[in-house]
Amino acid sequence: MISFSQVCKRYPNGFDALKNIGFTLEAGEMALITGHSGAGKSTLLRLIAAIERPTSGSIIVNGQNVSALKGGAIPFLRRNLGLVFQDQKILFDRTVFHNVMLPLQITGFHSKAATGRVRAALDKVGLLDKEKARPITLSGGEQQRLCIARAIVNRPSILIADEPTSNLDADYARDIMGMFKSFHQVGVTVLIATHDVELLGSTPLRIFALNHGELTA
Amino acid sequence: MRVWLSHHSYALVLALKRLVGAPIGSLLSIVVMGIAFSLPAGIYMLLENLQAFSGQVSGAPQLSLFLKLDANNEVVAQIESRLREHPRVASFEFISRDSALAQLKQDSGLGDIADSLEQNPLPDAFVINAGTLSPEALEELRAELQTLPGIEHAQLDSAWAKRLDALLKLSRLAVLILAGLLSFALVAVIFNTIRLQILTKRDEIEVSKLIGATNGFIRRPFLYFGAIQGMAGGAAAWFIISLGIHLIDDELAELMRLYEVNLRLYHLSPEDSLSLLLFSACLGWVGAWLSVANHLRKTEPR
Repeated sequence: MISFSQVCKRYPNGFDALKNIGFTLEAGEMALITGHSGAGKSTLLRLIAAIERPTSGSIIVNGQNVSALKGGAIPFLRRNLGLVFQDQKILFDRTVFHNVMLPLQITGFHSKAATGRVRAALDKVGLLDKEKARPITLSGGEQQRLCIARAIVNRPSILIADEPTSNLDADYARDIMGMFKSFHQVGVTVLIATHDVELLGSTPLRIFALNHGELTA
Repeated sequence: MRVWLSHHSYALVLALKRLVGAPIGSLLSIVVMGIAFSLPAGIYMLLENLQAFSGQVSGAPQLSLFLKLDANNEVVAQIESRLREHPRVASFEFISRDSALAQLKQDSGLGDIADSLEQNPLPDAFVINAGTLSPEALEELRAELQTLPGIEHAQLDSAWAKRLDALLKLSRLAVLILAGLLSFALVAVIFNTIRLQILTKRDEIEVSKLIGATNGFIRRPFLYFGAIQGMAGGAAAWFIISLGIHLIDDELAELMRLYEVNLRLYHLSPEDSLSLLLFSACLGWVGAWLSVANHLRKTEPR
């Protein structure tokens, strides 16, 4: 569950990225955050993962007040979140397999069980045959799927994706969105920021529309 | 426990990989640290050797009384009786000028020169064992005996050993200061090495933090790296000292033989060697810790 109440974020230069945001996303729900570029979508997602702190207001994630979380507790919050970043943040100095392995190494997972989990995650996104490949040799769509595999390998209860389809053509994008829907169907809470509303077609979803840092719908 | 072990083995393997991954850079830093450390450790080694040497030579304090050249048997007997009654003189030995000359011929290889002398230039002498007197009391005794009739000169034999001892104490302090300064330099070297490493691992650190790595997890491989490199630096210093001993020991023994002194250099004791390694490992650890802490502070969420 993710709950925002009266959240504001003002950057040191005086720019108000988010103004008085309040909403609640129940566990197992799937929602889109839409809005023009610079509307505050990324900022909102970054607040959930405590990558940034809100200027005021409170953010509750899985019963924890993220806005008041101490530095030492942040890593454990993030381990329950699957994050797909706008700039992907793939590590190009290691194979696909080891990119997906990283979250498990961080949690100190036993290596034999970890291998199985990594393979399962790669299988889910259709990259199992590329596990030994270098990320640089993957296509844009494959790189995006690699990010998703890394986000789900820890089996998080919440999946957060920032513009996961932004630089993909329509077919790939539909593919990726289909993947998120399948995670939603197995009970994962999914929150996706996108400027591309067309992608989901007829699926009924909650949509939070951001306009200059304010929720409009 | 299993998680803890897996974290530490992961960090250790990663640190070793990084060390081996940049062999020239690692080697150069290790050599720099080795040289920096071999200075105080080497001087310390020399001091230890001198200390052992001075302890072996000084022993019980001795006083030498040299009589005037024209002193006859009567004067000698007079002094002898004074010494026998003196409460502070534990024992004494008379060395006549003839036996002194004979010993000189025998010991120093100056026989030819001694033979060519027209007359014996050596005085009669008493060697006095003063027991366990303090340096001050010893000096008093010396001054008192100096005033006896027929005495040309009274000399404290252990004085130079005491001076050496005092000098050693001073030198040890200097080594400590030097070691302190160079330790600081060592921490700085490691700090910078780790800082450069962090720059090349920036993406990895950022991603790791974003997906839930604790600061400890980020820090650990760097700490291992710093400690290993510091210890390698200490080991390098140890080998540099070994090399130094190997190179100068024979020459030094030769030189010392000319002074009729048997001085051989010994390497640092096992305890001192271990302390050297542990201390340098600690310094590496501290340098790495400071460096990573410095970087992590900048990545905290605002």
